[in-house]
Amino acid sequence: MPLELQGLTKRVGADTHIYSTDISFDDGSFNVLLGATRAGKTTLMQLMAGIQKPTAGKIMHNGKDVTQVAVQKRNVSMVYQQFINYPMLSVYENIASPLRVIGMAEDEVKSRVGKAADLLRLGPMLKRKPNELSGGQQQRTAIARAIVKDSDLIFMDEPLANLDYKLREELRDELPKLFAGRKAIVFYATTEPHEALLFGGKTATLHEGRITQYGVTSEIYREPNSLLSAEVFSDPPINIAVVKKSGRTLSFADGAQWVISGAALKLPDGAYSVGIRPHHVVPVVKGKVDCEIGGRVLVTEISGSESVVHFHSGGKTWVSQTAGVQPIKVGETVRFAADLSRGIFFNADGKRVL
Amino acid sequence: MAKITIDNLRHSYLSNPTRDEDYALKRVHLDWADGGAYALLGPSGCGKTTLLNLISGLLPPSEGKILFNGRDVTFDTPEKRNIAQVFQFPVIYDTMTVYDNLAFPLRNRGVDESEIKTRVETIADMLELTSTLKKRASGLTADGKQKISLGRGLVRSDVNVIMFDEPLTVIDPHLKWQLRSKLKELQQRIKRTMIYVTHDQTEALTFADQVVVMNNGEVVQTGTPIELFDKPRHTFVGHFIGSPGMNFLPCEVKSGKAMVDGQAFAVENAKKAGSGKLELGIRPEFVTFSKAGLAAEVVKVADIGRVRVVETKLASGHSVKLIVPEGDGIPSGKVHLNFAAEHTHLYENSWLAGDTSRASS
Repeated sequence: MPLELQGLTKRVGADTHIYSTDISFDDGSFNVLLGATRAGKTTLMQLMAGIQKPTAGKIMHNGKDVTQVAVQKRNVSMVYQQFINYPMLSVYENIASPLRVIGMAEDEVKSRVGKAADLLRLGPMLKRKPNELSGGQQQRTAIARAIVKDSDLIFMDEPLANLDYKLREELRDELPKLFAGRKAIVFYATTEPHEALLFGGKTATLHEGRITQYGVTSEIYREPNSLLSAEVFSDPPINIAVVKKSGRTLSFADGAQWVISGAALKLPDGAYSVGIRPHHVVPVVKGKVDCEIGGRVLVTEISGSESVVHFHSGGKTWVSQTAGVQPIKVGETVRFAADLSRGIFFNADGKRVL
Repeated sequence: MAKITIDNLRHSYLSNPTRDEDYALKRVHLDWADGGAYALLGPSGCGKTTLLNLISGLLPPSEGKILFNGRDVTFDTPEKRNIAQVFQFPVIYDTMTVYDNLAFPLRNRGVDESEIKTRVETIADMLELTSTLKKRASGLTADGKQKISLGRGLVRSDVNVIMFDEPLTVIDPHLKWQLRSKLKELQQRIKRTMIYVTHDQTEALTFADQVVVMNNGEVVQTGTPIELFDKPRHTFVGHFIGSPGMNFLPCEVKSGKAMVDGQAFAVENAKKAGSGKLELGIRPEFVTFSKAGLAAEVVKVADIGRVRVVETKLASGHSVKLIVPEGDGIPSGKVHLNFAAEHTHLYENSWLAGDTSRASS
């Protein structure tokens, strides 16, 4: 296996930043590390890059133990949230800098910088200094520097977080295309589930220093193994309610009841947590529905192409996500229907049971 | 509270501006009703912060006037304009209690203590800060501190306008909706003129009744969230509002129809086309797969949960994106596309063809 972590652990004093982790990443894979702030994404990347030393465990790269090899000798590239460029050097020299370090011949440098600049649409800016560029162009320069040499590992730590959202959208489109067909293993840390979904590739969900699940991005999203993975990988947040199943009825703490149909009927009676994704909670136009929740609207967030309604019901906040601009006002009372056939059930330990 | 009129306002940071490009803010006219919720939306460098600084009095304009309730305030100092501002980062006094922070703008103006108590308690209640009133502000989280900043902006009843400059930048993404909810609720309750400046479409569309979209120092459209989505007046609005934004395809008009790659499309405003550069605009939400129609090839499918975003390429090399709901089938390889006629618009030189009511001219 190209990159393999064996019992990799990082403790600082009494705190454990990364719990013992066993995982392997394939050549040419694009891996999103998804988790909230302080979930351990940056620490894990720095351990893999050799910037931090683990407390225990091993890192194997192409079958070789590289745990104690310093970052300078590991052939890695990094891109950070803050754009880091050499202010005195031109964009061309910024991109060329990793190639200068290894003493590459001028012809080869020229051809590689040209190619990287074209991919990132920096061709016309090569003679400028970084401070003459927009934020998006500065970050594209940093990304071009990361891809210009044949790094074995490329680490990107929330590289788009400081950009305007439209620029983010463009770069999200471009990034996976840059790495297609390359052998490098790419890691991309983000707090945004939406970003992971747009990239595709593979995703590892992180929570408080542990990888809770790893696999093909859309499968991890569709089939979370636990309550934690489901919560990490949902934006807007997945609706979670503690319920009691008894025959064909699902009862909520506030007395509300849903009629069960489909696969959930086969679950043994008892207590569960049920997760309903926001887009499976839709406004009721009229009539009676099996799984109704209603409440007072707290806010309707409108993104242009969709609306996210937060509302209060049974002592908790629910979220509904629908297409188009929904002009639902704060304070209005609205009825929603949940699609229980797409519900995800967890047992008392937070393990997925359906 | 005030009605705000922006009359022929222009601003250049150069000392001798001559060409249009020398102006950070090209000619802007706006009329804002008393008690309305407005947003200034645009990418960095579009001129929105310049406009905000002109309204607040931090910057004198090169040309034009600003009126509050018909009174010319163009060269008044910020203090004289009687404006409250909330910035990106919390501006609070760490050593004071939350109560004293909220009371500060009122004490400065010599409001008596019993009145201060009523107002501070009302605002604290609205912002759910009541339990923290006696605590020192320094002990609060980032969103708690930003709530104090909002409270200080809202506590005075005599301000002409409250201006918010990217106020949720420092707020954790998971908590943003809560502050959006509070802001929206407060706006509906206290009915003051509010101006919200942001580059984030969700912030703007969630907060405002009327959104002013800016690009390159110009106002390209003012409208409700539905208007901006349904009928963008400028290709920039189509691109900027919505994720992904509107598809734009070069076209020509023949016998009242828009022709793209040899395929004819009914377009609601085709008759209004002139001789300029023509483009057909269609949102990804209104493109569907069909048996016949525009030939294309599927190049990428991204499953983003509620929907899939499908990218296709036409024979001419142009890309067309579609939004396909969860559960609907997606053909692979060669496909045909159809555009919903009532949502297909024609643009001439980047403006909606035949639209005479340009936002800024």
